[in-house]
Amino acid sequence: MPKILIPSPLRKFTGNLAEVAVSGATVGESLKNLAEVHPELRSQIFTDEGKIRSFVNVYHNDEDIRFLDKEATATADGDVVTLVPSIAGGGR
Amino acid sequence: MSTGALTNEELQRYSRHLILPEVGMEGQLKLKESKVLLVGTGGLGAPLALYLAAAGVGTIGLVDFDTVDSSNLQRQVIHGTSDIGRKKLDSAEDSIRELNPNVRVVRHEGALTSENALGIIADYDVVADGTDNFPTRYLVNDACVMLGKPNAYGSIFRFDGQASVFAHEDGPCYRCLYPEPPPPGLVPSCAEGGVLGVLPGVIGLIQATEVVKLLLGVGETLKGRLLLYDALNMRFRELKLRRNAECPVCGDNRTITKLIDYQEFCGMPKTNAPLESGEILPEDVNAMIARGDDFILIDVREPHEHQVRNIPQARLIPLATLPAELGTIDGSKQIVVHCKGGVRSAKACTLLREKGFLNVLNVKGGIDAWKV
Repeated sequence: MPKILIPSPLRKFTGNLAEVAVSGATVGESLKNLAEVHPELRSQIFTDEGKIRSFVNVYHNDEDIRFLDKEATATADGDVVTLVPSIAGGGR
Repeated sequence: MSTGALTNEELQRYSRHLILPEVGMEGQLKLKESKVLLVGTGGLGAPLALYLAAAGVGTIGLVDFDTVDSSNLQRQVIHGTSDIGRKKLDSAEDSIRELNPNVRVVRHEGALTSENALGIIADYDVVADGTDNFPTRYLVNDACVMLGKPNAYGSIFRFDGQASVFAHEDGPCYRCLYPEPPPPGLVPSCAEGGVLGVLPGVIGLIQATEVVKLLLGVGETLKGRLLLYDALNMRFRELKLRRNAECPVCGDNRTITKLIDYQEFCGMPKTNAPLESGEILPEDVNAMIARGDDFILIDVREPHEHQVRNIPQARLIPLATLPAELGTIDGSKQIVVHCKGGVRSAKACTLLREKGFLNVLNVKGGIDAWKV
């Protein structure tokens, strides 16, 4: 089972969980299963058409899935999937 | 500014640098001859400015248009209590001078814009991006790529931080990581979502570290790596970043070759734009309240924001709970919706209109623009 790391901006949709273990043979499947368990996350990660939103980056271990097999990137036990949303804070 | 040698005072001041082989006399002189631009003197800009000044960076440029507010002091350590109400540029310049009078401070008062960014950044060796909004993030990135200036990037939100070095040598840029900004309203700002006061200290000093390394040409920078910091669980992680060959600004076939309208790119409502249909100004809502008009005023912010400041006549219905509360709103009446800046309330208005509410107005500029 891959482990999905939830960044703090999205933790309000996972009941404050920072890590969620889900089943899934690919990154895409794992994220869909994550959205089943935490339905409020769905619109944060996916568009209405079911595509991963362009401003949410998904990493498989330390690699961007855009440079692997995208959503079809295979996941194994112990793998870490990380959601990296844009944040812009810093000034005021 | 004298170049080529350090004064006796400087030799004393920088003695702990001078005995480091990686810095030494040559490195210290490099720092003295360097020019670094800090975009924003807020949470990230404060530690950046203080430590870069202390380290002996010869010229520090500051871009800011803001004044010091008491809510800044929880994290913006370059400003003090007696600075409240002063221009951040004045306050920051005083702090830098007190710390290290050898530093030349160049003030760029106002916002960084598509019109002035290239002219300002061209004079500097390295840029450190400490802004608080997506349009300026993309503007700084694009300008740095076009001018070939490395950008020490840092960003914070609540308990999370990110840092990297963009637009350096053959490395990726911010757009390689995030080709598009999130739609307005989906990702709250620190003003809306909060930020742990010590967080910008950590991220700002990671940026400052990268700036010093870039200037000295030593070590391995964060080029091609994204550092993630989770303060709540005290974890650092590192992800690989690659230059995207299809990146519109730094890729193989560049489609963005001059600065664009970043407000528009990020889908922000234009400031000073005339009222759209369906909008109302705060002063007109005040007039309705004063006349005793029969209407419903709804505040769609979160309870903690409401607690800080609210319009007494407004009913608090946080945006996320609005769908469940529709049945409790009298659709025969005029409905006026506000939030902090007008973005969330615009979404609420869209939802209400979709659900058949006919007379719905959005307060332009939100409570931030509201004078009572």
